[in-house]
Amino acid sequence: MIKTDILIIGAGPTGLFAVFEAGLLKLKCHLIDALPQPGGQCAEIYPKKPIYDIPAFPEILAGDLVNNLMKQIEPFQPGFTLGERADTIEKLNDGSFIVTTDKGTKHHAPIVAIAGGLGSFEPRKPPITNLSDFEDKGVEYIIRDPELYRNKNVVISGGGDSALDWSIFLTNVAKSVTLIHRRNEFRGALDSVEKVQELKNIGKIELITPAEVVGLVGRNQLEEVVIKQGAEVFNRECEHFIPLFGLAPKLGPIADWGLEIEKNAIKVDNTLDYQTNIPGIYAIGDVNTYPGKLKLILCGFHEATLMCQSAFQRIFPEKRYVMKYTTVGGVEGFDGSKKEAPKAVVKSID
Amino acid sequence: MNDIKIKIIDREGVIHEVDAPTDMNMNLMEIVRSYELAPEGTIGICGGMAMCASCQCYILSNHELPKMSYDEDLMLSEAFNVKENSRLGCQIFIKEELNGLEVELAPEV
Repeated sequence: MIKTDILIIGAGPTGLFAVFEAGLLKLKCHLIDALPQPGGQCAEIYPKKPIYDIPAFPEILAGDLVNNLMKQIEPFQPGFTLGERADTIEKLNDGSFIVTTDKGTKHHAPIVAIAGGLGSFEPRKPPITNLSDFEDKGVEYIIRDPELYRNKNVVISGGGDSALDWSIFLTNVAKSVTLIHRRNEFRGALDSVEKVQELKNIGKIELITPAEVVGLVGRNQLEEVVIKQGAEVFNRECEHFIPLFGLAPKLGPIADWGLEIEKNAIKVDNTLDYQTNIPGIYAIGDVNTYPGKLKLILCGFHEATLMCQSAFQRIFPEKRYVMKYTTVGGVEGFDGSKKEAPKAVVKSID
Repeated sequence: MNDIKIKIIDREGVIHEVDAPTDMNMNLMEIVRSYELAPEGTIGICGGMAMCASCQCYILSNHELPKMSYDEDLMLSEAFNVKENSRLGCQIFIKEELNGLEVELAPEV
């Protein structure tokens, strides 16, 4: 069981900055994120895109913003559970919470701060009517164990890097690899495209373009996919179909935690501390809603700051505290580091 | 600058005729959101960078639209429910020549 003071769900910019504000109050944080790396949308969707409305940064790449935040919070030694989705929450008698991920990792904290953005990133599923019937019976959206495909006939669809890279990789494992894409052009890295071309030329990858998988056939397990190429429709035998169309955020299991939801977001008290209808659970950043809400990173930073002050009071109701400026108090890390404004050397006057 | 009229068929098939300003640098996805014609979180997920296709729509009128960028074209190549007249709403900026535009929102996926 992982124990912490503030359990933050979502390691995007808002969740990361909350670690800093909590650290100033000597509160420890642990973050859960469904993605394998911190940074949320900034890292997953647009790391190379510039952001122009971060105060005091006329321009900063989303990826650099994440790197800077990671550096800023380093002294506060946050813990991370990455690549796991927060699935269930349980409130204990003492008012604290246990949050369990889809992989069974348990986290215990008196405060939960949901900084989940638009939700956890889930694979985008193509609209094939009986797709869900074959999930884990031949249809996989994520390749967890390549050995599953040894000596099997595999059909992959998609036109991005993951479709190209996995097609290349699986040629060494699978009996056959067929890559299907709606266009002749792929939008992956050039060397991946060239590698696929090369493997196609020597007959290791069969490329069917422009085409789409439109149906699945099988009794209990997947046996064939139905492919539509122009006006022609034909079947192809395969044990596995792997649609790789990237990820899209979905609010997911958080929607069932008993929190008040409005417009696909969690309602919070913005007049006070961004707490939800369940005391001890806060929602900050893009995941929350209140009158006048704006989904901006800078608003998430503000919300994270107020949330931490409230969390402190909740954990230590008897303690008195006033907010200190970092310029005055410096930053004392949990790692023993200390940053503070240099003291000016004043020369005495005789 | 004048507002223009746009006819938008939402995902439930309901027709809305809305006024769209030409002087606010707004795009069609933002018009849909500003009139709340699709639930928040189901449209404009990437914020308008042609990186998610949640604002895909079908163009029903014969207006001459801005040429598709490389990014928009590639995103549509990976989107679902794509038709000949598919475009990403976030890449269509509101201009006077689009007065009377008619579009239908693609299904949510």
